[in-house]
Amino acid sequence: MSLLELRDLRVTYATGDGDVKAVDGLSLSLEPGEALGLAGESGCGKTTSGLAIPRLLPPSATVSGQIIFDGEDLLRLSEKEMEHRRWRKISVVFQGAMNALDPVQSVGSQILEPIRQHERETSLTDARARVLELLDLVGLARSRAGQYPHEYSGGMRQRAMIAMALACRPSLVIADEPVTALDVMVQAQVLDLLRTLRRELGLAMILISHDLSVIAETCDRVAIMYAGRLAEQGSAEDVYRAPAHPYTQALLRAFPNIHTSREFVAGIPGHPPDLIEPPVGCRFADRCPRAIERCHAEEPVLRSMTPGHTVACHLATPDALDHA
Amino acid sequence: MPDLPLEPVLQIKDLQVHFPVRGGFGGLGRPGRVVRAVDGVTLDIYPGEVLALVGESGCGKTTIARTVMRLEQATGGQVVYRGQDLTRLRGRALRRLRQKIQLVFQDPYESLDPRQTVYDIVAEPLIIHGLASDEADRRQIVHAALAAAGLYPPEQIARRYPHHLSGGQRQRVAIAATLVLRPDFIVADEPVSMLDVSVRAEILKLMLELRMSHGLTYLFITHDLSLAWVIADRIAVVYLGRIVEIGPTDAVISAPRHPYTKALVSVVPVPEPGERSGQIILSGEAPSPMAIPSGCRFQSRCWLRRDLGNPSRCETDDPHLAGPGDHTAACHFV
Amino acid sequence: MPRERWVRTWHDASRVAGLAWSDPLGRAGFLLLSVTILVAIVGPVVLPFDPAKVGSTAASIFEHPSAAHWLGTDELGRDVFRETISGSQISLLVGLLATAISMVVGTTVGLIGGYFRGAGSSVLMRFTDFFLVLPTLPLIIVLAALFGQSLTIIILVIGLTSWASTARIVRAQVLSLRERTFVERVRGLGASDLRIIGVHILPNVLPLVFANTVLVIAGSILSEATLAFLGLGDPVHVSWGTMLHFAFEAGAAGRGAWWYLLPPGIGIVVVVLGFTLIGHTLDRIVNPRLRSR
Repeated sequence: MSLLELRDLRVTYATGDGDVKAVDGLSLSLEPGEALGLAGESGCGKTTSGLAIPRLLPPSATVSGQIIFDGEDLLRLSEKEMEHRRWRKISVVFQGAMNALDPVQSVGSQILEPIRQHERETSLTDARARVLELLDLVGLARSRAGQYPHEYSGGMRQRAMIAMALACRPSLVIADEPVTALDVMVQAQVLDLLRTLRRELGLAMILISHDLSVIAETCDRVAIMYAGRLAEQGSAEDVYRAPAHPYTQALLRAFPNIHTSREFVAGIPGHPPDLIEPPVGCRFADRCPRAIERCHAEEPVLRSMTPGHTVACHLATPDALDHA
Repeated sequence: MPDLPLEPVLQIKDLQVHFPVRGGFGGLGRPGRVVRAVDGVTLDIYPGEVLALVGESGCGKTTIARTVMRLEQATGGQVVYRGQDLTRLRGRALRRLRQKIQLVFQDPYESLDPRQTVYDIVAEPLIIHGLASDEADRRQIVHAALAAAGLYPPEQIARRYPHHLSGGQRQRVAIAATLVLRPDFIVADEPVSMLDVSVRAEILKLMLELRMSHGLTYLFITHDLSLAWVIADRIAVVYLGRIVEIGPTDAVISAPRHPYTKALVSVVPVPEPGERSGQIILSGEAPSPMAIPSGCRFQSRCWLRRDLGNPSRCETDDPHLAGPGDHTAACHFV
Repeated sequence: MPRERWVRTWHDASRVAGLAWSDPLGRAGFLLLSVTILVAIVGPVVLPFDPAKVGSTAASIFEHPSAAHWLGTDELGRDVFRETISGSQISLLVGLLATAISMVVGTTVGLIGGYFRGAGSSVLMRFTDFFLVLPTLPLIIVLAALFGQSLTIIILVIGLTSWASTARIVRAQVLSLRERTFVERVRGLGASDLRIIGVHILPNVLPLVFANTVLVIAGSILSEATLAFLGLGDPVHVSWGTMLHFAFEAGAAGRGAWWYLLPPGIGIVVVVLGFTLIGHTLDRIVNPRLRSR
């Protein structure tokens, strides 16, 4: 059984200008221990989807559909029941997390907090011992437990946030742009850490990022979102080596590859559609170099290219795969 | 790639930019601690080329850029532009210089005054330098610059305010504002890092086109090695205030010589699935620029030094850039 | 294109005014003020009573309100209603002029003190601190003793003792604006300090200054009322505060002449409240905006 299954997830934000359909029918699944990369540019709905799972969206958001985690639909649970699952089963590393540490509390006591909050039955002694173990796990010296966030570098703070996310031994971690603000070497350190942790703890992970290169390095499966919908989904191999959706193909061309020949990166002209009044038909049609009349009239449905590789595009057929 | 004539347009000679750090109580505390942000950089930049300064945050690359722009004071060395040391210029000479060397900032959301229209922003350099005093002249120049920066139709865009424009458009406005003075040297500090990935290519392409059409030379600052790969003719890798490697882009990326560069290149993410082998992940972080070790400044994290059994030379001798031809590295053992 | 600039300023101003109107407190302030200002401007023209006309008989002093004198008469038989209306002009005038001095001096000092670094700037701020703590009352007593009591003295004193807090507020804002990237960019272009202050910093500081101005008006009117009540006002140009002073001197309280005491008192409260409500509303509107852009 899958660890997590999203069925027709829809999230709408009520704003002064109208209802923004940030996520418009997302269906995904995640196996235990698997890493899924949720990719797309700003405004595509990836962060909203990620935060919808632990139900951490603001009150202005209306969520519908099903979020089946460990057999139960999280959307049907009460807030109290949801609190039992947050941190213990699902935890989140937020965007810009390293700036979310309380400057006047020691890092150690901040890592302790989720354990004390969510695992009341654990004794203080045991909890403290676990904090030290967690520091070992993320590669921070135990002696630093009593230090304050300003004594940590950016990379170290990010590790501390990861330790906090793992404090109650969840089975799923949702990481929203965990390495975006970091230098490339520190980024490599943190990604390496995430890979190691997954192996050692059997952790499932959803990594949300606009950076396809980062996702390529860390994830087993990739889901590409555009304008609130899923454009393409499959194993990393499938999506990167044989991208079927024109958006995926265009997006991949925007990321330079220092191992291949020096061709210039390409942009995607235009901009994403308005999500208050989304266009009829395929949402990418306006910017798509291959759009035909059908694309503007009819919304494409997700279809399988090969087992496990699905695409929402009228022109994608199994024999028309673009080999990258 | 243009031919490299012998005459560089900008020569940085042993540049040092040190910031004193005062102790507590408003300067009455312990003196003597210095942040050596730029600690001896020598670099020649040739006309028409794009030279990328690459390095991680705090390495000094931005300080180098700002010193070239005279937004920071050099504490030692020279920056020679067409025969004049610009670190010593004052008054009218400095103002003339500011016409020729321009800066494009990283943050398109912050680098434009929200209370000015696009026209005001692009016309301002002309007003500051007392050029094109005729209103019609000025308008013509502003519209031409906006068009050159890819903003159509220029008359309409000129009337808008920055907050009506997207990040990419704002950056184009910033670029247009640099063009009106007909500069020959542009310092671009992370010009695309705050833009969406799909927008970056357009701006980079624009910059390269302008190089041709307006005869520009670029000093391109970035922490992103793969951006440098795409746009630069030469790459200079900066670590703790020094250049540790410099050479043609192809050579530096495909055959890096300095152990730091090798490590960087090995960890740059690429859009290819799967964990890559051969990644050299350095531990810890760079030492503070207040406490630069004697000898080679990379010794504390150098994998090559470990592999070679910790030779003492790394601790005693400060390596200088050396090597065959135009691809040099500052390491004793490469 | 200066025309675009004016259009934008107009749009900004009407948007802010609209927001202030939609806030209940702001609306209350607007209403209070419009009534007062209307009365102050229109009143003396429309209404026939001559404020200086003193009563001719002993019985015409401290008259209760009647059809002939809507708010009765004072200790000299003068019509209180007319006095109140012309008093409003003086109170408002002093308040506005004193504020003008305060804002001009305060903003200029704040701009210079905030933009420039170094010894000169520190000295300027210490100078500001001196004025911040200068007590109004002793100062006006001294000046009145030296130069006599007049509107000019009062306006000067209030202006001199209120500019310092504006200067501090403006300086704080300028300090942060100075570091913004767009200022750096323009500096890199070779813009002079004067240009940067005038074109880039001042327009970005003005919304804050404007909100502050309204509050300073409220404070100035109150200060004037206080000083005049204590007898330090201009005896010729009678403001509300002066009216109250005369009223107390003449024993109006003991006589139960509420019609003499209440009108100026209520007038002061209404005007000060009106400006304060608007000022606070503007402050709320303007401040978050400064950060969001």
